[in-house]
Amino acid sequence: MEAGSSDSLEAQIGQWRSYLRRRQAIRPVDVEELEDHLRGEFAALRGAGLSEDEAFLVAVKRLGALDAISNEFAREHSERLWKQLVIASTEAAQPADGARTETIVVFALAVAAALAIKVPELFGLEWGAQGNMPVYARNLSLFVLPLLTGYFVWKRRLSKRTWAWLALAFALWLPVGIAYAGGRWGESTGRMDFVRFSGELFIYYALIALGGGVLIAFTMGMFEAIAIDAEPVVEEWLLPCGMLGAVIVGSWLVEAKQSVIENMAPVLTRLFTPLFALTLVAFLGTMVWTGRGIDIERNALIAFDLLLVLVLGLLLYSISARDPQAPPGAFDLLLVLLLVSALVADAFALAAIGARISEFGFTPNRVAALGENVVLLGNLGWSTVLYVRFLRGRGAFASLERWQTAYLPAYSVWAAIVVVGFPLMFGFD
Amino acid sequence: MDINKDLVAASATPLVLAILAEGDSYGYAILKRVSELSGGELQWTDGMLYPVLHRLERQGHVKGKWGTSETGRKRKYYHLTARGQAQLTEQRQQWQMVDAALRNIWPAVSLPMRSALSPLLSHG
Repeated sequence: MEAGSSDSLEAQIGQWRSYLRRRQAIRPVDVEELEDHLRGEFAALRGAGLSEDEAFLVAVKRLGALDAISNEFAREHSERLWKQLVIASTEAAQPADGARTETIVVFALAVAAALAIKVPELFGLEWGAQGNMPVYARNLSLFVLPLLTGYFVWKRRLSKRTWAWLALAFALWLPVGIAYAGGRWGESTGRMDFVRFSGELFIYYALIALGGGVLIAFTMGMFEAIAIDAEPVVEEWLLPCGMLGAVIVGSWLVEAKQSVIENMAPVLTRLFTPLFALTLVAFLGTMVWTGRGIDIERNALIAFDLLLVLVLGLLLYSISARDPQAPPGAFDLLLVLLLVSALVADAFALAAIGARISEFGFTPNRVAALGENVVLLGNLGWSTVLYVRFLRGRGAFASLERWQTAYLPAYSVWAAIVVVGFPLMFGFD
Repeated sequence: MDINKDLVAASATPLVLAILAEGDSYGYAILKRVSELSGGELQWTDGMLYPVLHRLERQGHVKGKWGTSETGRKRKYYHLTARGQAQLTEQRQQWQMVDAALRNIWPAVSLPMRSALSPLLSHG
């Protein structure tokens, strides 16, 4: 019996420890120090005749409320609330080992990605030369996405069977997603995590790009001061290598900080959803008021594709951050307003394009853009239906989430058709 | 009796430093000693001691070192440094000045004094 009750004490202490560990301001070493204290107090109380449960409860109570302690620690160690990002914790022995290996892997992959862009030069395709840039642009994803997939294959320790899947799945972002989700690609939550990851990666990439821009400006300026033109080196090495290496580093940052810092994409979504909804409503209102039709020129279709992608992004990241259990609120209404106005605007655009398509003719670009528009329209149309149902209390929010995650492969499939099918249909040129 | 929070916070530094001047010690024992010194009147929330110790460590007044307890568990012991010694001397002078000033005024005012206060004051 004595041994059994001791086990339950260890279990209780273990639970208490895990509560403490969740506090960012309290480090593992602090937890150990506090645990020593707890055990001391516990032993004294037991000596005074308290039962084991009583002694544990009193000892925990005397240590003080968790929030209060954690606040005190945060006040003394305020840097802890910030640091955790890049620097691996040196105090927690085991995680640190993993973190170091990861840093090495990330560094190696980033270098590999950076160098990959220089490979075509070995075959005589010079970076920056007139006529070669479109080739680079078209194949940009080929250089980095395999390496990014490699990172997640390593990180999630995927089995060979999943490897085979990777080989099968073609379109480019899809394998990244499958590797990212590990074994959870089949689940709605796994895919939603990948959506979150993509958004955060985009933001981190933009931030790194900003920093890179400053770095490049400084490099050029400093070398100019000693009358050396750094532009060739910057243009041929720094820019392309940095561009690709940053994808890997950005991904790693998203991985490292996902539970540390509030995700940025949903924050931006909150900020911009009302603004875009307002803009779209104003646009439609003006169009109806003035009676002007959409002036369709060559790139209008792509512009409206981008609009739909944007609205889809706003929708996706609103969904990704929303508590599925929460009842409909004002923000949901705003999103539906955004969806409906985007659909109406796109309908106007499609009608205008449809009327003049014979005049423009079917080029591969136009068919690709039109197909993309249809794929997006399908998603957003059904999303609106599901959202309205949810608002009227006739459907669960989860069904909207499932619809979005189930639809994800559709984009890649269309991309694959464009990449593989179009050259066959329209001839390579 | 409950002692004002600010007073507890202000007295924590000299108390901890003085206890460590008696010899190296660790968190739980320091708290026991505080309780002993105040006749059980000065009760800190146990967890609050550690941020204080960490602050003193950062300021270089004490130095922490991991060792093992009698039962073989990891335990962090604190040691008073030379800087801590100097700090203690300074704090002591300050507290004595405050105490002396208060002592001079107490006889001039007649307050109903609760018995609980007497052990505290005698420790000044």
